Amino acid sequence: MNEQPKQYKWVGTRAIRPDGVDKVTGRAMYGADLALPGMVEGKVVRSPHAHARIISIDTSKAEALKGVTAVITAADMPVADSKPVASGEAMINFKDLANNVLAREKALYEGQAVAAVAATTAAIAEKAAALVVVNYEVLPHVIDVMEAIKEDAPVLHDDMFTGGVKPKPEKASNVANRVEFALGDAEAGFAAADLVIERKFTTEPVHQGYIEPHAVVADMNPDGKVDVFCSSQGHFMVRAFCSQLLHIEMSKIKVTAAEIGGGFGGKTTVYLEPLAIMLSRKSGRPVRMTMSREEVFRGSGATSGAAMTIKMGATKDGKITGAYAELYLQAGAFPGSPVGPAAMTAFAPYDIDNVKVVGFDVVSNRQKVVAYRAPGAPISEYGVESVVDELASELGIDPIEIRTINAAKEGTQAAYGVKFGTIGFQETLDAAKATEHFKTPLGPNQGRGVASGFWFNIGGESCAGIRVNEDGSISLTEGSPDIGGSRASMALMAAETLGVDYHSIKPSVVDTDAIGYHFVTGGSRVTFATGMAVVEASKAAIDELRARAAKVWDVDVDGVVWEDGHAKPASTNVGDFEPMSLAEIAKVANKTGGPISGHADINAKGAGPAFGTHICDVEVDPDTGHVTVLRYRLFKMQAGPFIPPTSKVKFRAVLYKVSAGL
Amino acid sequence: MAKHHITTTINGEEAEYLCEPQETLLDVLRDQVGLTGTKEGCSSGDCGACSVMLDGRLVCSCLVLGVEAAGKAVETIEGMADGENLHPLQQKFLEEAALQCGFCTPGVLVAAKALLDTNNHPTETEVRYWLAGNLCRCTGYDKIIRAVMDTAADMRGA
Repeated sequence: MNEQPKQYKWVGTRAIRPDGVDKVTGRAMYGADLALPGMVEGKVVRSPHAHARIISIDTSKAEALKGVTAVITAADMPVADSKPVASGEAMINFKDLANNVLAREKALYEGQAVAAVAATTAAIAEKAAALVVVNYEVLPHVIDVMEAIKEDAPVLHDDMFTGGVKPKPEKASNVANRVEFALGDAEAGFAAADLVIERKFTTEPVHQGYIEPHAVVADMNPDGKVDVFCSSQGHFMVRAFCSQLLHIEMSKIKVTAAEIGGGFGGKTTVYLEPLAIMLSRKSGRPVRMTMSREEVFRGSGATSGAAMTIKMGATKDGKITGAYAELYLQAGAFPGSPVGPAAMTAFAPYDIDNVKVVGFDVVSNRQKVVAYRAPGAPISEYGVESVVDELASELGIDPIEIRTINAAKEGTQAAYGVKFGTIGFQETLDAAKATEHFKTPLGPNQGRGVASGFWFNIGGESCAGIRVNEDGSISLTEGSPDIGGSRASMALMAAETLGVDYHSIKPSVVDTDAIGYHFVTGGSRVTFATGMAVVEASKAAIDELRARAAKVWDVDVDGVVWEDGHAKPASTNVGDFEPMSLAEIAKVANKTGGPISGHADINAKGAGPAFGTHICDVEVDPDTGHVTVLRYRLFKMQAGPFIPPTSKVKFRAVLYKVSAGL
Repeated sequence: MAKHHITTTINGEEAEYLCEPQETLLDVLRDQVGLTGTKEGCSSGDCGACSVMLDGRLVCSCLVLGVEAAGKAVETIEGMADGENLHPLQQKFLEEAALQCGFCTPGVLVAAKALLDTNNHPTETEVRYWLAGNLCRCTGYDKIIRAVMDTAADMRGA
């Protein structure tokens, strides 16, 4: 924070995003905006029951309806093994994923897909969907996380035995997994405390609420090749999942990323895509499927609701001596809540010697949860930060001071395993404390809450290509769906590295045939990882440009340097050559070896953790209970410049996060 | 069921389409006329992504039937720019980054233009209330409101 930032020419400038005009004129193509010749419309038949055995499905009436081109059920889909398979960076149980996109033996939540139809119009498809007769045996259901762990709760999966406990339980239950992170001795920590506070908290599942419902167009050719156009947070994820679910080779599936109308984690999995491919195969025609808003809420995942106990103890002078958390997170109908990250982040902002966190991944008859904004972290941190504030209040210490006393810093051992490097958490506390906001006196019925938080940030696989065109303009290719302006960030980083005008660079998010694997757009990774790939690709192009200039000058490539968009002799010893601009080198590329490009395919490592501190003042109307937010400030460590300050993703995401949180 | 033959005006040009009586203006614009800039977010009149002007009145096109547009004038996001020249609101939204994913943006722009067409000096409260029917999940609204206020100021100065 105190370091003098490096001077950049392009990074940090107010660039207009390259996809901007398309998006303010209505030209941008989102998931539902593509229409192909001969295209038919698909609709999903959804379970009206929260828990029911599927006895039989009669599709004959639907198939007989004029205009219907295909009807599918789980019987049309390969049976997947129940085992985690590496898919990109994530481990996916494809049996669960298959059942989630199309129920096989049981429907496990209200709204789960049980069949799908395709017809020449959406109206006929809807009529056909209503004609699919599903014979259910309705079973008792459970949706509350604490109810679901009870001995006598209806069990969703009779082959599910709690993982992470020894010995392996003999009885199937709704607890999919138990995780534990510990450091020191929590009980001894509480014994050493002057004050121990234990509280219970619950949180509700929150849907990501992207404004664009899920949408896809799929077209399967008779030769088995598949084209998919869809809105997702990762078209390589869509390809991998559809390939696994439908047993189609990846090379045969081409997924094109539509513009994406919001995701917030919710579009990091597939729902309609495999169904649309199956319907297209059966119809012999392109199929479009779009969810209604109601279907989005019924059929796609929210984040976990949770129940938790948080216990913390501190000495009179505010040193936290022990901390314990017990977390129960809803996974939805299939295992895989973010209980791991919830447990890991819970106490991460603090340097505490004695910590124990136990987490449980609990299934219930709800939509399978999907990632949402630092999955798990806001849930556990809500409980922990509430208790920290209460400790401060009881001990008569100001809430920023107690966090300062206990703040994690360089060298702090986190309970989840890592030793932190430079993290800048203290700086956020200092900045918070220094604001007028924190000094503003509170009136009657007003309160002030302080909360700190931590998230990992990730890297992962990304690729980029720089093609120097004959006229010196640059085509930049990458494969991270642009959810909020990342094309601008990529072009700025390329412009900075190459030393050329931002406007001469056209960035494109290309299809899965055109570039290598990318992990999803998520985890705050795109600017970091895909940006790193763009910089590496630009450097590779520079090396080639230097080599071409060396050829023109008939000197050794080591004698050529790249400065400000030009090849220059490294010293007067090399020769007295006029610098060659990128465009001049491009112009003679055919005489020096052909087209010029640079590529990078990387697995980005070294993403730094993020810490932040929030202050919020509210006023409660004692008559109505209405809460008014008076002031809200948040402080985050900023390691480098915002790539473009106007489309500064972080700042806008921050505004969103605060408003979504409120 | 026989389709209705509708003659209307869309973005200043005479247009014809055939539609089922139950089809919404939103469906007709997107599927029959091919103007997909108008978005479907909820189909219940809550999100405003499908905002269009109908005879000078701001409406959610998901709550209007296609047949109702007969003889009327429909204006959509596609008609907002004058050829290559963006409307000042469109330009300001780009300059001030008042969009992230861009999905709600067409509806927000149509609604904001409707406000500025009748009130070139709105207060922040007026802008916030006017745009209350347009949901945006990305921006937190602040930049949208500021871009509309700044556009109004520019247009008054011009």
